[in-house]
Amino acid sequence: MRPFAYTRTASSSAAVATVTADRDAKFLAGGTNLIDLMKDTVEAPALLVDINALPFGDIVEHRTFVRIGALARMSDTADHPAVVRIAPAVAEALLASASPQLRNAATIGGNLMQRTRCAYFRDVATACNKREPGRGCAAIDGINRQHAVLGGSRDCICVHPSDMAVALLAVDAIVRTRGPRGERSIPIAAFHTLPGDTPQIETVLEHGELIVAVDIPISRLASTSTYVKVRDRASYEFALVSVGAALSVRDGKIADARLGLGGIAPKPWRALASERALIGVAPSAAAFERAAEIAVGGARGYGHNDFKIPLVKRLIVKSLASVAA
Amino acid sequence: MNLVGAPIDRVDGRRKITGTARYAAETPLPGLTYAVMVESTIPAGTIAAVDAAAATRASGVIAVLTYENAPKVEQHKVAGMTDRNLPLLQDRIVRYDRQPVAVVVADTFERATDAASLVRIRYDTSVPALSLAHGSGYHPEHSHGDEPSVYERGNVDAAFAGADVKIDRTYTTPVEHHNPMEPHATVATWDGDVLTVYDATQGVFGTRSRLAVAFGIPPANVRVVCPFVGGGFGSKGSAWAHTVLAAMAARAVKRPVKLVLARPQMFGSVGYRPATIQRVTLGAKRDGTLVSTLHEVRSQTSIFDEFVEPSAELTKMLYAVPNVRTINTVVPLNAATPTFMRAPGESSGSFALESAMDELAYAVGLDPLEVRLRNHADSDPSKQLPFSSKSLRECYSVGAERFGWSRRVPRARSMRDGGLLVGMGVASATYPTNRSAASALVRLSSDGTAHVFAGTQDLGTGAYTVFSQVAAEELGIPVSSVRFELGDTNFPMGPVSGGSQTTASVGNAVSVAARSARDRAIGLALGDPQSSLHGHDADAIDVRDGRIFLRDRPDVGDTYAAILGRHPQGEIEERGDARPGDEKTAFSMHAFGAQFAEVRVDPELGTVRVVKMVGAFASGRILNAKTARSQYLGGMVWGLSMALHEITRTDARSGRIMNANLADYLVPVNKDVPSDFEAYIVPEDDPNVNPLGVKGIGEIGIVGAAAAIANAVYHATGTRVRDLPIQPEKLV
Repeated sequence: MRPFAYTRTASSSAAVATVTADRDAKFLAGGTNLIDLMKDTVEAPALLVDINALPFGDIVEHRTFVRIGALARMSDTADHPAVVRIAPAVAEALLASASPQLRNAATIGGNLMQRTRCAYFRDVATACNKREPGRGCAAIDGINRQHAVLGGSRDCICVHPSDMAVALLAVDAIVRTRGPRGERSIPIAAFHTLPGDTPQIETVLEHGELIVAVDIPISRLASTSTYVKVRDRASYEFALVSVGAALSVRDGKIADARLGLGGIAPKPWRALASERALIGVAPSAAAFERAAEIAVGGARGYGHNDFKIPLVKRLIVKSLASVAA
Repeated sequence: MNLVGAPIDRVDGRRKITGTARYAAETPLPGLTYAVMVESTIPAGTIAAVDAAAATRASGVIAVLTYENAPKVEQHKVAGMTDRNLPLLQDRIVRYDRQPVAVVVADTFERATDAASLVRIRYDTSVPALSLAHGSGYHPEHSHGDEPSVYERGNVDAAFAGADVKIDRTYTTPVEHHNPMEPHATVATWDGDVLTVYDATQGVFGTRSRLAVAFGIPPANVRVVCPFVGGGFGSKGSAWAHTVLAAMAARAVKRPVKLVLARPQMFGSVGYRPATIQRVTLGAKRDGTLVSTLHEVRSQTSIFDEFVEPSAELTKMLYAVPNVRTINTVVPLNAATPTFMRAPGESSGSFALESAMDELAYAVGLDPLEVRLRNHADSDPSKQLPFSSKSLRECYSVGAERFGWSRRVPRARSMRDGGLLVGMGVASATYPTNRSAASALVRLSSDGTAHVFAGTQDLGTGAYTVFSQVAAEELGIPVSSVRFELGDTNFPMGPVSGGSQTTASVGNAVSVAARSARDRAIGLALGDPQSSLHGHDADAIDVRDGRIFLRDRPDVGDTYAAILGRHPQGEIEERGDARPGDEKTAFSMHAFGAQFAEVRVDPELGTVRVVKMVGAFASGRILNAKTARSQYLGGMVWGLSMALHEITRTDARSGRIMNANLADYLVPVNKDVPSDFEAYIVPEDDPNVNPLGVKGIGEIGIVGAAAAIANAVYHATGTRVRDLPIQPEKLV
C-alpha cells in the first residue's frame, strides 16, 4: 500500500467537488474492495474521500419504487422487507455474496463499483490492460477458468464480480448519481461498459460522479424475480455462472421476461434477445432451452472456461423453470 | 486414576480464547523493527540490477538487504529429513517465482511494507522448467526415510499379464498449500554472538540447528522459543528462508527484527504438497483377490533441493498382494521446494490407490467394502512382520454401521433424492506409527504441584493437554496441579512435531520422568523418620490426588507437599529419556481407519455436496478422546477440501502462482461441511508399539477421505474423476 491522503466529508457536493478536482482521488465507502486493491498496489489513489457520513444510508419504499441509498449496507439491504418483497432476486443475490462480515461493511454503491477478480488484474507482476493499458492481457492464454465467454475483447476477458448487479438487471433498477454536471438516472443495463479497447473504463460514470441511490420500480415482474448461482464452494465465493431471472405469465403465455447473467461477461450481462424470444410463448422446457441457446449465441471459451457455456445454459433453463413454477 | 483417556478440555484453551497465549509474532521486544521480504516475480533467471534507492530513501527505512549487500551465510543444508537448502540472498540466481530477493527493515510494519513495494529488480530471464508431465525426472535414492524409491516384491508384470481382471488408471493431484491460520513468523534478537529467535515452528531444535549452521555458530548460542503454534501441518516442520533472513536482518541493523509472512507469501517459500501423477495398475482374480499392484508416482521437486512425495508407501503394506512394484520419480522444476503436508504420501497416494480399489470393485461386481475385506493384510506383506496391533476390520464394521452403508444400492447412478444424484463411497486409511528419542523434566514442588518441561511443540493439537494428563496420572495428582511448558530449546530435547510422532515420542518421556519423580518422592517419604510412611515397602504404596499412602491402609500416608516441604531444596527434579526400542524389528506399526462419505450431485450443474461423512479410526490408546476426535475431524475436513476445493494454480507460461490468497485458493467454509460428520474411536490395546501404547492420530484423518468422496461421486454419477479437485466442469 502506498501512502495516501484521507479526508472525510458530510456534504455530497463537497465530496463530488473534491474528487472532481483531483484525478488521483477516489471515494471511499465500505472499502472492502478498494482497500484490498490498495494493499496489492493495484490501486494507488493519492486521496481518499470518505463518504460514509453522507446521508445515503436509508432504504425507503415509495409508491412506485423502492430507493436503496448508495451507502446502505449489503446486509441491511438483503434483510429489508421492501426489498425482499419487491425484488426478491436482489435480496437473494446479496445473501449469496461474500461473507456476513463483508456484507456488514460493503455498500450498495460500492458493490456496483467493485472491480474484477481476475487474478492477473490483481497481481501487479503480470500483464493487464485494465491495470496498465497497452501492457497486454495475460488471462486470454493463461488461467482463464473464471473468465468471460461473452462480451470480452482482445484486450480483456475479465468477469464482473457483482451478484447484485445481475439481479438488478432482472428488476429494471435505475442508478441515481450526482456528479460535476448535476444529477442523472442511469438504467442498470446501461451503467457498466464492455472493455473493447479501453478495458480500464468500466462504467459510464465521469470522474467525480457519485452514486447516491439505486431505485427499483415496483412491478409484478420484479416481484417474481429470482437469483441462482453456481460456485465452487457452498458459500463465500464468487459465481462461476449466475442467473437473475423474472417472468410474468398471462393467459398461459409469457407476458414479459428479464434475464441477467453473471460470471460470464465483463459486465452484468442482460440477455435481451432471449427475453424477446420468451415473450408471447407458453412457458415450457423447450422455450427455456431456446432462450438459453440464444443467450450464448456468439459465446466463446478460452480453454479453462469452456464449461461455462453449457453450464450457464443449464442454469438459465433451471432458473426460468423455477420462476415460471 | 484414569486421567489418561479422559475427554478433558484443553488446558491452554482459556489462554487461547482470551488472547493471552502468546504466538511468535506477538513477542514484544524493546526497540523492535519490522522486516518485509521482497519476492521474485519470475521463476528462472538472474537478477540483472537492483534499484533500492527509492526504498532506502523511504521514511523509516533502516536497511535494504539484497544479494549485493547481504551478510554471508550458509545456504546449504547439512542433514536430516527436515533440513532444506534455502535461498538466502547469497547470489543473483532466481530459482523459483516468489523467491526472497530482498528484505526491507523499517521502524514500522507499514513503512517496511511500503518500502518493499519500491524495490525495483530487473531480471534476465531464462527458460523455466515448469511441466511435471513432460519434464525429465529421476529416481531418488529414497522415497521416504530408508525406503528405496524403486521397490518390487514378486513379479508384477507376469502376475498382471495373467490376471482375470485388470485396472490400469492414472490419477493426478494438484499442488496444495498448507495455509495454517497463523502465518509463519519470526522475531529475532542478537546479544553479541548469541541469537534468540521466537519462531512459529514445529521443531525448535531443528530450527536451532539450521540457524547455527547458517551463521556458523554453535547450537548452544541459539535459543529458539515457540510456546504456541497456530497450525503447521508440515509447513512449519523445517526452518525456511524467512527465519534465517529475520536473524540476518537483526544482526545487520543491530536491533530485534520481526518478520511475519503476508498471506500471499505463504504460497512462496514455506513448502507445499507437490503435484503428483500416479499410475496404478491392479491385477485381480474374478473374486476380487489382488494378484498384483503397480504404483508409479511422479512428483515435483525444486531444482535446488529434493523432496519426494512418498505416495506409494501405503501401497506396499495396505493389502495382501503377493506382487507389488512401486516407483517414485521426481521432476525438478523452477518452483519452491515442496515439503511434508498432513500425511505426506498417504493422502495423495490413498486417493490413487483407493480410487483404483473402487474401480476394481465395480469391475468384479463386488461391494467396495467386500473387496477391501477380501484383500485384508493380516500381517505386513512388505516387512513380513506381524502388526503390533491392527483393527482395520473393526474400523470397517463400526464405520459401515454408523454410516449406514447397507442403504447403498450397488449400481452406480441408481440412487436419487429429488432431482439430485446420491452416492456413497468408502476408502481405507492407514498411517505409520513413528517415534523418536525425546526427553522431559519434571519438577515437584512443596506446594504439591508439578512443573514439567519438554522441548516439544503444541501445534494446536492438544499436546499441552495430553502431556499434562500423562504427568498427572503418573504422579497421582490432579491435572490442574500440573504446569506444562514446551517450545523452548532450553528444555530437554524433543523431536520435530511431524509424522504424528509427538505423543508417542514425548508422551513416553513425560511418563518416565513423572514416574521417576514420583518414585523419588516415595523414596524420600519411606526414608524420612518424620513421615508416617517411614520404613514401609515401596511396593505397598499407592498415590492419588497428591497423597502417597499404603494401598492396604489408606489412612496411613503423606503428601507431596509435606514430603517436599521437609526437603532441604523444597523441590526435586527428575529427567526422563525415552527412545524407540527394538519394536520396529519385531512389528510393523500402523494406525488404521475407514472413511465413508455420502454426496449429493446436481446432474445438470455438476455441483457436489458432501452430506454425510463417517470416519472410524483405531490408533492404539487414546490419551484424550476430545482432542483426538478434533484431530480426526480436522483431517476429514481437509480430505473433503482436497476432494472438492484445493488447488494451487500456476500459470503454465510464467510459472507464477496465480491464486496466492485465501479468496482464490479455496478451503471449505462451514456450509461445505455437513453437520452429519463424525469420527469414531475404535478401541485398540497395543502392548507392543511403545510403553504408552499410543499411535499417532494427527494425520490419519485425512488419509482416504478424498478417495471416499471421489468414490461416492462415481457412485452418484457414474463419472470417475481421477483428477483432483472434483469441480463442476469434470461432471457436466
